Amino acid sequence: MGGSATSALPDGREQASFSRLHAVLLGGQFAVTAEIGPPRGATLAGIRRRARLLRGWIDAANITDGQSAVVRLASWAGCVALLEEGVEPVMQLQCRDRNRIALQADLLGAAAVGIPNVLLLTGDHQRFGDHPDARGVFDLDSVQLIWTARTMRDHGRLLSGRTLSSAPRWFIGAVENPFAAPQRYRAERLGKKVAAGAQFVQTQFVFDVPAFARWMARVRELGLHERCFILAGVGPVRSLRALEHMRREVPGLHVPEAVVRRMHAMPEDRVAEEGIALCAEIIQQVRDIPGVAGVHIMAFGWEEAVPDILTRAGLGQRSQAGTAAVAAAELSHSPRSARGNAPEGEAAGRSPAPSPPSTGGADGLASAPMSLAQYSRRLAWGAQAARLFRRGAGGAQTDRLDGYGR
Amino acid sequence: MRRDAASSPSGWGGGPPAADASPRPFVPRASPRAMSRLHRVMEPGRAWSTVARLLEATPPLYRVFTWVERLVKGWLFGCRMCGQCALPTTAYTCPQTCPKQLRNGPCGGVSPEGWCEVFPERRCVWVVAYERAERAGRITDLRRLVRPIDQRKWGSSSWVNYWLGRDNYLWTADAERATDELPLVSVR
Repeated sequence: MGGSATSALPDGREQASFSRLHAVLLGGQFAVTAEIGPPRGATLAGIRRRARLLRGWIDAANITDGQSAVVRLASWAGCVALLEEGVEPVMQLQCRDRNRIALQADLLGAAAVGIPNVLLLTGDHQRFGDHPDARGVFDLDSVQLIWTARTMRDHGRLLSGRTLSSAPRWFIGAVENPFAAPQRYRAERLGKKVAAGAQFVQTQFVFDVPAFARWMARVRELGLHERCFILAGVGPVRSLRALEHMRREVPGLHVPEAVVRRMHAMPEDRVAEEGIALCAEIIQQVRDIPGVAGVHIMAFGWEEAVPDILTRAGLGQRSQAGTAAVAAAELSHSPRSARGNAPEGEAAGRSPAPSPPSTGGADGLASAPMSLAQYSRRLAWGAQAARLFRRGAGGAQTDRLDGYGR
Repeated sequence: MRRDAASSPSGWGGGPPAADASPRPFVPRASPRAMSRLHRVMEPGRAWSTVARLLEATPPLYRVFTWVERLVKGWLFGCRMCGQCALPTTAYTCPQTCPKQLRNGPCGGVSPEGWCEVFPERRCVWVVAYERAERAGRITDLRRLVRPIDQRKWGSSSWVNYWLGRDNYLWTADAERATDELPLVSVR
């Protein structure tokens, strides 16, 4: 399971890609991933709604895993919902809640259901969450977990040395915080994760672009940008209260004074718009930094802002050429896309009018299998529409999206 | 310098931390240079391995030895007797005093000024390790990848384990030269 496509590198060589996100990065396109926070309830409706909203705008979406040590629906379950909605998932897996047995089991499970990207991290301490009375496991740390995942994938072996009956395949990711102490060695720490097997990295929120640029300079010095794709973490500040929450409650998040002043200078009702504008500016700035392969947009509870942010940053919807090539490759390899799920989502994403988000009760919407002829017609129609659209430039796109993509 | 959680510059959480069993970051009481010199004396050899085998064969002696080890290392490093000592790679700063038990730290939650995510009034033990390693000229040690520990060895004597060659798998030679020939993470 998982993608076994090959993609063309910019210089024409072929390389095996583990997922669509991987293929996009290999092709040299600026990647966009987003984050979807799962609910505190036994329902996938919210995740499905957000997936439909973001489909076509992003290359993959993370489902967070016990973020801030708060109980929410499991990442793997949210990822399965994303697969059904035609959005490529990134499953997050952290070391706080599981020992090495469960971690390896969850990794195998993810690969078996077709989750093609995993993001492996240590996790926030339980002290921050709603269950501070729980035991924090921390049997492995993030470097060891990445190392374990790579051993499972590339050598087909578990930590115990036993061989796996079938080797999993995922695109292995990690996180890094360029702004946490010791700043001088944060690039080296990324180097450890890359040596352990990390292939892509999503960083903590970037508000201080010069500091991020300094980290990137050191990363380039170490040659890490060639071994690992770096996606800068960005996100809109929705309100002054959200800003305070980010400054005080989120471990590792550092908001520089200049940004705080800028937000406070706005009247209360204009803060959200300024937050979006700032986010778009930061995306444009980090895009100019050599070695940055994409952005990871974290807009908690405000995923509707993502299309607006991307439009303002000049990114628009995902390039039709890139996704069509990848989708075609997937069609020939993956059983899931043969059933029409992934291409269904892809075609819908390329249509000029985004599908309106459903207001609930949309659980269990399974797409009917699509014939190859139907799929080719959709591809052709989508390609035509995208060409017309691009010619119309960003302005035309914004007109169709009133406010936040509805 | 003691700092109150609520007043630290990054403003973590609200109020003092709740009492819990999490290990607390411990700043070591011995310099890395002094410890490196002492370490050379304690390197495994025929003498030490004979001592180790004798200790293991005689449980009462082993218990006394372990008790002494706990006292000495506990006072010097905050040692929690994991039995698989990583001190030589961390400029003699114990990673098991990290609340997240990171063997390849630091985590991303440490504040920009170097305060622990969990106990904001204490320095992150890995920040301390990096600073000490830098001062002692041993910063390359921290490029090594450290393998997962064997959780069954808690409470055993790390010196005895070291002398009997059980620590050989604990870390890689040098992460910088690691390519696809990087040794597997599994130890068995």
